[in-house]
Amino acid sequence: MAQRVSVTVIMKKLINDPDDVVDEMLDGMTAAYPDRLRRLPDTQVVVRDDAPVEGKVALVTGGGSGHEPTHAGYVGDGMLDGAAAGDVFSSPTADEFEALIDACDAGDGVLAIIKNYEGDVMNFETAIELAEMEGVEVESVVVNDDVAVEDSLYTSGRRGVCGTILVHKAAGAKAAQGADLSEVTRVAEKVIDNVGTMGTALTSCVTPEKGEPTFDLGDDEIELGIGIHGEPGTERTEMMSADEITDALTEAVLDDLDLDPGQEVLTVVNGMGGTPQMELFVVNRRLQELLGEHDLETWDAWVGDYMTSLDMMGASITVCAVDDELKELLGAPADTPALTTK
Amino acid sequence: MTGDGAAVVDAVEAVAERIEDERAHLTELDSAIGDADHGGNMARGWAAAAEAARDLDDPDPQTVCKTVGKTLMAEVGGASGPLFGGSLVFASAELDDGIDAESAVAFAETYLEKVEDRGDARVGDQTVVDALTPAVHTFKKSVETDELPPLEALAKAVDAAERGVAFTVPIRAKKGRASYLGWRSVGHQDPGATSALYILEELLAVAADALDAEIPDVDATSPTIPDEAAEDDSAAAEDD
Repeated sequence: MAQRVSVTVIMKKLINDPDDVVDEMLDGMTAAYPDRLRRLPDTQVVVRDDAPVEGKVALVTGGGSGHEPTHAGYVGDGMLDGAAAGDVFSSPTADEFEALIDACDAGDGVLAIIKNYEGDVMNFETAIELAEMEGVEVESVVVNDDVAVEDSLYTSGRRGVCGTILVHKAAGAKAAQGADLSEVTRVAEKVIDNVGTMGTALTSCVTPEKGEPTFDLGDDEIELGIGIHGEPGTERTEMMSADEITDALTEAVLDDLDLDPGQEVLTVVNGMGGTPQMELFVVNRRLQELLGEHDLETWDAWVGDYMTSLDMMGASITVCAVDDELKELLGAPADTPALTTK
Repeated sequence: MTGDGAAVVDAVEAVAERIEDERAHLTELDSAIGDADHGGNMARGWAAAAEAARDLDDPDPQTVCKTVGKTLMAEVGGASGPLFGGSLVFASAELDDGIDAESAVAFAETYLEKVEDRGDARVGDQTVVDALTPAVHTFKKSVETDELPPLEALAKAVDAAERGVAFTVPIRAKKGRASYLGWRSVGHQDPGATSALYILEELLAVAADALDAEIPDVDATSPTIPDEAAEDDSAAAEDD
């Protein structure tokens, strides 16, 4: 009789050593864009090659790695000036954030865009206070667009997820126009006030360190309201069709935003890292139908991997209400490794 | 409590050694309510801090504190880096003229204020604030109201911190990772508060050593208003 042996299956990954993943990723990234990105020596901070850019408010962000192309993928013309990468799913340390702020400030002030995770907020705020002691003018905004849950693993309040990209885009465009720090900050807050996101996981992500799924999800199960580190969501249900999942996510976001009929919106269908584009477009098809049923008008629809969770299969849906100002800024030119608009 | 940076370096080395000794215990406390990394992160950070402090050339206390704070910020990571290390960098601003009773009180108050602000935590949230608040308040009162010698004031502060750590056990976490456990956090001692107590205990031991004095035997809850204490049956603070 065959004996059943319990073995821990370490998932295959294209890595060398888990400890070196972030370091090697950043070197590979700057090697891919040598004339656009530059890594500060002895840090995990990536900045525009021409940083600090004179005559412009600087935009900086950062957070744990594993969400690529977030964060450094959005460093470039019309978006971010620099980004600090922490270890996988861990906040950068305060001294890295401080180095980032110092490297990007050209004297017109710095806007720090922080996703609402306890470690990110504490380390960034400490860095900001230190930079202010050195005479740098810094404002910060905290993005908390995930409508799924209040307070979860890593967070007090709502989590910051894919809506952050729209904050980078709109505030980055405003800064590129030469607006001052208070105006750039106002635009960032405006996006935050008008954006909501909810995601789902079909599979767990697998961190390089652990090499096995972060959470258990049955073959026939999905998790609604999942966080970008695999934090628990609102509900674990049986697998559903793409349309049913899209409906569940979208209705939750629209409930939260409570938009008037006729409102124009930008939508993002975001892949979690392991989802074929084919499936993201299937989701987008239903999303657009549903918005029509709600009398909402799609001004622009983005589909792709913007804010991922390593190799997780799944998607998030972001809806952002836009007015003339946000349309102008979100549509303004940007030229970064991960996002180009003309 | 001299104005000597070398004594502060000694204190940092003593803290590093103590945290390393308690590493497993801190990790055990953290694994019950958090992600089991507090012991390792703190031990790594303080070892690096001790090394950085040792490398300083004849430093003043302010430089030592700032260096140690920056090193902790860089090496500890997570929330403990900015809480333990960042607060130290900011509080070191109070040590422009070295360490005396007055600047030590200002240093302690600034440190507590920074931890409270950064962590958005208050007494009763089952955090490091529960150890620091009674310690800092007791230290301030002992120095300013009771006019006790600094070493005795510090001994009372350590005693108060110990009570603060004990207080974290029967209350519910409202901040930090443990807060996600809700009511399940009740019955667990906070690892951050415990670390703070170890740090204060080592500061006391090194301060006593530097002054060539015994660690005073104190009871933080005993009344020590000077005139009355002298008249009443000898205060517990006098016991030894």
